[in-house]
Amino acid sequence: MRSALGRARGLGSSHEGVHHWRAQRLTAVLLVPLGLWFIANVVYLIGLDIAPSVFRAWIGEHGNALLLILFVLVLFHHTVLGMQTVIEDYVHGPAAKAVSLFLSKAILWALGASSVLAVLHLYLGA
Amino acid sequence: MAPVNRPLSPHLQIYRPQITSTLSILHRLTGVALAAGAVLLAYWLAAAAYGPGAFERANDLLASPVGRLVLFGMTFSFFYHFANGVRHLAWDIGLGLQMKTLRLTGILVVLVSLALTGATWIAAYAAAGKL
Repeated sequence: MRSALGRARGLGSSHEGVHHWRAQRLTAVLLVPLGLWFIANVVYLIGLDIAPSVFRAWIGEHGNALLLILFVLVLFHHTVLGMQTVIEDYVHGPAAKAVSLFLSKAILWALGASSVLAVLHLYLGA
Repeated sequence: MAPVNRPLSPHLQIYRPQITSTLSILHRLTGVALAAGAVLLAYWLAAAAYGPGAFERANDLLASPVGRLVLFGMTFSFFYHFANGVRHLAWDIGLGLQMKTLRLTGILVVLVSLALTGATWIAAYAAAGKL
């Protein structure tokens, strides 16, 4: 669906087009409300002394579990994209760059998946 | 081919630090710090799922003097990256790109992130009844 010029324009040194840029902005916009919600709730939980039972009860509420999962997903996606930019800027040499990018993405997505699993575990068990 | 002494473009250290460049690299530094914060969040949630003992240990660790220092840094990094991120989004739609506006919004971003960091910590201490 793209013109010949549109395709060719994506073929700079990064060999890809606008997807990364667009996803970085989209996740940034989503993190404005989600990030503020997270900070506000951490402060609220600190007020309740964050005892394990208190945290379970908090996460047991449908809206909290849902927003926390969304926050984690969008946060880790934004982090993957940001770290990719940093690595592409500072790690030179095709092999070192490919390995760093793979490790960064693999570790961050694994931690993101682990976080979602943790929230589900607490939500379903609460 | 024999090496040629071509003139190189001047590198970073030749330039006087300016608010625009300083805040730009601070955006990247706070972003990398927040990536470490995301790792910390993953640990915290995993500890909560692992069990009450692990969660209490995680909370004690975060509430220790070093933990508080790290969390304070994370709070500032969050609000700086947040405020400057909004500034970036404004640039993306073509707003605020004049030099005078750039300096003004730069100072504003620093003030706003410091104020929000302070407000968050005061709110947290007040909520815990330790104020």
